[in-house]
Amino acid sequence: MNAGGADDSTTFTGNRALMLEEPLIFEIGGSETTGVDFDEVAPAADLVGPLARSAPIGLPGLSESETVRHYTRLSRQNYAIDLGLFPLGSCTMKHNPRLNEKVARMPGFADVHPLQPQETAQGAYAVIHELAKWLVTLTGMHSVAMSPKAGAHGELCGILCIKAALEARGEDRRVILVPESAHGTNPATAAFAGFSVEDIPATGEGRVDLAALKARLGPDVAGVMITNPNTCGLFERDMKAISDAVHAAGGYVYCDGANFNAIVGRVRPGDLGVDAMHINLHKTFSTPHGGGGPGSGPVVLSEALAPFAPLPFVTQDAGGFHLIEEENAGEDHPQTFGRMTAFHGQMGMFTRALAYILSHGADGLKQVAEDAVLNANYILRSLDDVLDAPFAASGPCMHEALFSDRGLAEGFSTLDVAKGLIDEGYHPMTVFFPLVVHGAMLIEPTETESKAVLDQFIGALRSIALRAKNGDPALKSAPHFAPRARLDETLAARRPVLAWSEPEVAPGTPSLSEIGGS
Amino acid sequence: MRYLPLTSDDRAAMLAAVGAASIDDLFVDVPAAARLDGAIAGLPDHASELAVERHMAALARRNMAAGDGPFFLGAGAYRHHVPASVDHLIQRGEFLTAYTPYQPEIAQGTLQMLFEFQSQVARLFGTDVANASMYDGSTACWEAIVMARRITRRGKALLSTGLHPHYRSVARTMAKYTGDVLVDGDPALEPGTDWAALAAAIDKEVSCVVVQYPDILGRIDDMSVLATACQAAGALLIAVVTEPVALGLIKAPGEMGADIVVGEGQAIGVGLQFGGPYLGLFGCKAKYVRQMPGRLCGETVDANGKRGFVLTLSTREQHIRREKATSNICTNSGLCALAFSIHMTLLGEAGLRGLAGINHGRARAAAAALAKVPGVSLMNESFFNEFTLRLPVAARPIIHELAEKGVLGGVSLGRLYPDNDALANGLVVAVTETVTEEDIAAFAAALKEVLA
Repeated sequence: MNAGGADDSTTFTGNRALMLEEPLIFEIGGSETTGVDFDEVAPAADLVGPLARSAPIGLPGLSESETVRHYTRLSRQNYAIDLGLFPLGSCTMKHNPRLNEKVARMPGFADVHPLQPQETAQGAYAVIHELAKWLVTLTGMHSVAMSPKAGAHGELCGILCIKAALEARGEDRRVILVPESAHGTNPATAAFAGFSVEDIPATGEGRVDLAALKARLGPDVAGVMITNPNTCGLFERDMKAISDAVHAAGGYVYCDGANFNAIVGRVRPGDLGVDAMHINLHKTFSTPHGGGGPGSGPVVLSEALAPFAPLPFVTQDAGGFHLIEEENAGEDHPQTFGRMTAFHGQMGMFTRALAYILSHGADGLKQVAEDAVLNANYILRSLDDVLDAPFAASGPCMHEALFSDRGLAEGFSTLDVAKGLIDEGYHPMTVFFPLVVHGAMLIEPTETESKAVLDQFIGALRSIALRAKNGDPALKSAPHFAPRARLDETLAARRPVLAWSEPEVAPGTPSLSEIGGS
Repeated sequence: MRYLPLTSDDRAAMLAAVGAASIDDLFVDVPAAARLDGAIAGLPDHASELAVERHMAALARRNMAAGDGPFFLGAGAYRHHVPASVDHLIQRGEFLTAYTPYQPEIAQGTLQMLFEFQSQVARLFGTDVANASMYDGSTACWEAIVMARRITRRGKALLSTGLHPHYRSVARTMAKYTGDVLVDGDPALEPGTDWAALAAAIDKEVSCVVVQYPDILGRIDDMSVLATACQAAGALLIAVVTEPVALGLIKAPGEMGADIVVGEGQAIGVGLQFGGPYLGLFGCKAKYVRQMPGRLCGETVDANGKRGFVLTLSTREQHIRREKATSNICTNSGLCALAFSIHMTLLGEAGLRGLAGINHGRARAAAAALAKVPGVSLMNESFFNEFTLRLPVAARPIIHELAEKGVLGGVSLGRLYPDNDALANGLVVAVTETVTEEDIAAFAAALKEVLA
């Protein structure tokens, strides 16, 4: 099964040197074990009466030393940007500066309550206000809604602004047009907000088909959702024409800004006629993604949509910063569509993003876009002789390079290439997306990778591509050197086990009570 | 530009390799009208680490941190002690800088943690299953209402008057667009909850009843009767928990028959953070799992038969089902879930019970001391670590006067319900293990002075 054979050898513990197996906390923890010592307090009879918990919760505890070891061992089963290149297309995993972590943990930011009196949190409001100013400046838009909690939440914010604007005009437009290459969140968002969704095809060049889009515009179309740069890695050359056509037909333009890092400091989406665009702070402005989140998705808005932005938001007057909420929105902001989350947004991400913007400055942010684009084109042109690049003739790519599975040996797929990369020490690229390309491989190196890293990655991917073209059977069972071999995802879905439960006791095994346990 | 590793020699060599004369050649597809050739207005050039730290520290100093003095705020965000090892562990780069675990062979650390987290949340809530987290409690609450609509095919939700007003506001915003009908109202400054009235109001159009536990005024009540009434009418009972530490002392909502339990996990491991990032908790009965929003981690085996974990049931999700997905949610709060899970592991069963007991004990002591301040009375007959005081005057200006004395003394109902004069004298006070006897004495003394 394994390439060398020697890797099949087993060990008594199941561990392999520094690669350690780790049981679940439920298998090693105890109901009376704790890793926390409390101050002594005088016991008080409780006031909760019949609601007092009577049955055990079933939570295992570990001592502090066991806890540190458990999670440290688990951490070693993860790939992370701190270990190497994370070439995920459209997801922009780049270096997370530790200064940002230090800043976010300053007690003046981390230990402040969202509802404490506004005069005691002026610095926190100042951070929101300052970051908002730079987001508006960098995008050339009119204003920004800071509260959305993640990219898809930002999409929802933008779509609700569009819906509110249409309602204010007294129009009931029900269709949102979404190009085929869009992120799956785009159609889901439009549907979640009550719109019906219609696809717009892509051209053979990998861009939105302007003629098809224009042909579909009409009095029932509320707007379009476009990703630019798009998920084929290309700049939508016709963006201004698209915006003009949509506006002329009475609709609004939503731009998915997940890929803003490719154009920051070089292009302002506001100049392209965009009405709303979310910015993934965790991506463009590098806040840690933490194995799936948190995110943060402020939405920049055009003058047309700005009056409908959600509550709460921060304003400044002679007396300092203060918050516009339900109670005082009526005076200055009567058309707001309402509140979309309990508090003011992802403050912990705002401090990190502001530190990142100030660290780079005007010169650095422009360099960010240039290096991100240069790195992606370097990958595209260094591999297009061994991997099919369907849009290589469409012009330079922006932040990401797109390849397909065309030309791999019979029976070999993009998945085999991806799993092969794991054995070479890399996280795989985005696979099978965008849907417009068969067996898509979408690679985004970002601006924080050196040429030496790119050269090694190119060499590794070239080697795997050649093995896949030649039908190397070992590739079919990769990865061989990861903590786990290929996992059975079908089994997981067919027979879902989503929480730990006590293993069933085999017949004849004495129960805990029989052997004197409790 | 310390974060950008390319040298000018690298850039020149790479431009040559891609066949471009200059970097501008790579931006040819950008129309001239949209090119930003000049400087970014007002933004200075790059700054040193020290300069940025100095700037941010100056902003941080303009805030009064909760640790700077006696602190009694709750109302949906709670200050608890977070053991040092929690933050230490979440800052390990392999957790901090990992991506969504779409490649499970090299993401078992995150996946096993999520499986453990789901198991902990399900046990805490008394539900069969829990997901791998949502953005926060308020958005999880709305998602639960939408989920009840999908399950019951009805669109009328009854919201308890004790539901956090911001959660209610989020639901109202969304319902405007989805067409759901919400029935709600403000709480009364009285001991009992409105749950009996809710049970009586359930009819055949009702998809769900939403109650908070403990509620916005700190009240706790038995939801069994309500669960029975919901079940009889084919509606679902949704319980919202904003202070999960309470469940160390009081019965879990699932134990009392709640169908969906959502909550805010911020209190365990995450910290106040001025409102975010927080951690949405979401559990439900097993039979509804395919209607659940968000990510789920499941157990499986690998090609060698070893136990492993993967993201599963993704056919509910936006990247597969697009406009037919159960929700548009994509991100979860992975790192906050990790912090919660580590803190919960450190506590364990015994620790959580101990922590809950201390919270309740401190809160009882504080309630007794504050109710002795002339003109002040305690509204609650029962509570966990948060209760409501009735002041002789409107509470809102009092909060600012207390802050001037260095005491952050709670959340006024005037701020939460600005349009309801009947609630103006209410002050919601939270007391956790971080509050000392001296803090309580200082609060009582300051309140007495301010009211005198």
